[in-house]
Amino acid sequence: MTEITSLSLFELIKNIKEKKISSNEVAKSFIDRSEKSKKLNVYVTENFENCLKLSKEFDNKPNFDLKLPGIPIAVKDLFCTNEVRTTAGSNILNNFVPSYESTVTQNIWNEGGILLGKLNCDEFAMGSSNETSFFGNVQNPIAKDLVPGGSSGGSSSAIAANLTPVTIGTDTGGSIRQPASFTGTVGLKPTYGSCSRYGIVAFASSLDQAGPMSKDVKDSSILLEVISSFDNKDSTSIDFKRNNYSSDLTRNIKGIKIGIPKEYRVDGMPGEIESLWKKGIEYAKDCGAEIIDISLPHTSYALPTYYIVAPAEASSNLARYDGVKYGLRSSGESLIDMYEKTRSEGFGEEVKRRIMIGTYVLSSGYYDAYYLKAQKVRQLIKQDFDQAYNKVDAILTPSTPSSAFKIGEKSNDPVSMYLNDIFTVPVNLAGLPGISIPAGTDKNNYPLGLQIIGKPFDEQTVLNIAYSMEEKINYKNNITDWWME
Amino acid sequence: MDGIMSKNNSEYLIERNDNVYEVVIGLEVHAQVTSNSKLFSSSSTKFGAEPNTQVSLVDAAFPGMLPVINEYCIKQAIKTGIGLKAKINNKSVFDRKNYFYADLPQGYQISQYKYPIVGEGNVILDMPEGQKQVGIERLHLEQDAGKSIHDVDPSNTLVDLNRSGVALMEIVSKPDLRSPDEVNAYIKKLRSIMRYLGTCDGNMQEGSLRADVNVSVRIKGSTDLGTRCEIKNVNSIKFMQMAIIYEANRQVDLIEEGEEINQETRLFDTKKNETRSMRSKEDAHDYRYFPDPDLLPLEVTDEFIDHLKSEIPELPDDKKKRFIDEFKVSPYEATILVSDIDTAKYFEEVVAKMGKNRDMKLAVNWITGELFAVLNNKNIEINQSPISAKNLAKLINLIKNGTISGKIAKTIFELMLDGDLDPQIIVEEKGLKQQSDPKALEALIDKIINENREKAIEYKQGKEKLFGFFVGQAMKASGGKANPQLINEILKKKL
Repeated sequence: MTEITSLSLFELIKNIKEKKISSNEVAKSFIDRSEKSKKLNVYVTENFENCLKLSKEFDNKPNFDLKLPGIPIAVKDLFCTNEVRTTAGSNILNNFVPSYESTVTQNIWNEGGILLGKLNCDEFAMGSSNETSFFGNVQNPIAKDLVPGGSSGGSSSAIAANLTPVTIGTDTGGSIRQPASFTGTVGLKPTYGSCSRYGIVAFASSLDQAGPMSKDVKDSSILLEVISSFDNKDSTSIDFKRNNYSSDLTRNIKGIKIGIPKEYRVDGMPGEIESLWKKGIEYAKDCGAEIIDISLPHTSYALPTYYIVAPAEASSNLARYDGVKYGLRSSGESLIDMYEKTRSEGFGEEVKRRIMIGTYVLSSGYYDAYYLKAQKVRQLIKQDFDQAYNKVDAILTPSTPSSAFKIGEKSNDPVSMYLNDIFTVPVNLAGLPGISIPAGTDKNNYPLGLQIIGKPFDEQTVLNIAYSMEEKINYKNNITDWWME
Repeated sequence: MDGIMSKNNSEYLIERNDNVYEVVIGLEVHAQVTSNSKLFSSSSTKFGAEPNTQVSLVDAAFPGMLPVINEYCIKQAIKTGIGLKAKINNKSVFDRKNYFYADLPQGYQISQYKYPIVGEGNVILDMPEGQKQVGIERLHLEQDAGKSIHDVDPSNTLVDLNRSGVALMEIVSKPDLRSPDEVNAYIKKLRSIMRYLGTCDGNMQEGSLRADVNVSVRIKGSTDLGTRCEIKNVNSIKFMQMAIIYEANRQVDLIEEGEEINQETRLFDTKKNETRSMRSKEDAHDYRYFPDPDLLPLEVTDEFIDHLKSEIPELPDDKKKRFIDEFKVSPYEATILVSDIDTAKYFEEVVAKMGKNRDMKLAVNWITGELFAVLNNKNIEINQSPISAKNLAKLINLIKNGTISGKIAKTIFELMLDGDLDPQIIVEEKGLKQQSDPKALEALIDKIINENREKAIEYKQGKEKLFGFFVGQAMKASGGKANPQLINEILKKKL
């Protein structure tokens, strides 16, 4: 039998249900491998001992009707976990231990999942390389000193390195799909309103959405089925009929119409991205899909729009970290002095940059020119997609304009860093579901991903296309465990 | 108890040299919504609990916590809007008002900025010189902040978050008020409407009703508005009036000295009776309002609003009209009776219990006279009245049917206070029934005339004042129980 840690979630569940392996064995395997993988720096907080204890409890009293029977799962450190430290990758929450559980993680534990640990991420999910984390950068298991993408970089690295069977990330502008693309893994951002935001440390409330990250498409469908739920604790949660995503999963996509937006051919896009996209189109055709050229005319405005809306919301969302109630408090001469010292010491450079941008665009005299204009453009971007969906069922694009870059390569150039999100950001602005699947490699053998964007609440079609193309692409990561030497 | 307006003119003008100034006042009233739980969380809103015992994770702004609208508070705001005869907006938006303070856990207050739940309406004031309509600009919902406590610990400020997140209605008037008396009448009318509706208890001691007062002055007759100053967070009608008088005079003095008035926010110092500058327009906060992305726009259907309309009780203005039409009380009396919903209820109950042979004049006089005096002395509200409406009605009926005199009634009223006693029983037990037997009274009067022959002759010779003397003697001889009307008749005949 192959190593337990290289099994997919689907295979693990099958083996556990057939009593071929125990939950405790699974937990031990992932913990052993995680212990040997400290160099990757994926964990901010380990929950190994408790995980072993809970897996034993599961084995003593197993319930095989659950969807994640005794499966250990590590999650991004943006999800609040009861009694387990939750930092959001920030010094300001370095000592913060919630007394409550996020709805999404609670859904996982309710179905038998067991918390393995909290995974590193960019500070408050602001970043595309996991370099803004207070807890240090994360290594991409693909190659040494390569970024794993971000902000869910700990999650993508942990999946690619087989340190957790599946994981969940959050995606505000591409934070699930871009790291998935950089690590040769699968990442799905569901429709805004599918997964509850309750208990997730907020970055930009109108864009944030939790989603599954996994080795393959089927695993993402299993996890989505568990985490997607209507929640009356989140006013933006939507009560729609959710599919049984894993059992409804099919490779039969014959006749499905897939749009190719011409505006995604951006200037300066590397040739290998262009050719990957072309190959993707051929795979889609091979699967029986009909390819249709479409136009999303406001695409070029998406990135500037995003970098107004997201920082504006963030500047307000992060105001609560003031040293008064919880988290870091630096001593000061007065209330204002305490605020300034706490926030200066508690937040990193990128977070401060975005708070300043956000404060600026909301300021009186600038609000109309920036925030209000951005909201209007956001509507236009949404309308682009609405119109396209009159003609097609889904849209195929590259996930990122490049493959993973070296640690430090872009950390002093925020604009070039922001450009990473150019293909993923429009999807958040329009609130749509999008998945990144591995589709090939660049000249360095670094993975490249393709993105499939769906209609609102039509995660099933997105998953079906991905599932079908995945089989044709037949991508395999080449991981050498170089960090263990 | 609301005071009875005695002045017949509520005008307030300031004269300096040859100029006559009028004061222009607009109020932003913050009224705490009557609701068991907060605007966006399920924490209790009960007043007076131990500090920080009514605080949820949402109220304390823990990471990942989200606001969820309390539908009851929305209903209360809409009902209040209906009471203000205002436009109810089918769509309104909650915004974030961003600023840092220790008792503001989120770092922003959720409020309604551009799109409030209630639009323009009006309130009618009953002033001595007649009715006056005051325009309502808007009513919006917002969260209250916590409390910073500076005087418990010598070196630290303590924060109590019990109030954090409690629902407030901010009711903004147009600059239609012209005097401290009108402000008094406006606040009382607003409070009366909200008490009728059960949407705000209006308790100013507990901070359920506070106001920011905007004051400017101008030469009487001018239609331009002067530069205004906003006096923040005044929590009693008396202080509002004092602050307005101080501030208006300060502004007039500045103008007379040829100086400019700075638009600014001021504080009223209740100890020194003066307003002080808090911050100028230049230092005004930039609140960076924007729609709260955690909350979708609030949409209410016409059916929802209509249903609430059907739950609205008779409001003071309508009740006043009905009292005048149905009970033939004067407009002045009606105003007093309807000003407080419990007074109106008490009055109607007295009227009902009086039965067919009811006497409205007696009912009004006994309630606004004797009963109000007792309530004032005991400093209690009418719903805690020591005499029930039923027993007061009985007492009035005993007067009306001649069983007792008005004077004896006062004695009985005092006795009734001790445990809401039945006046009928008191009359019987104490033998206080009025003497109305003409024969007995004639004998009594004959005796008095005989004993005072000289005075009777003086009376006959034209000293009419002496009639009262004989009445007094007769009442005294009967122990106050003689029917005064009969005494009068018999005396006239005999003398």
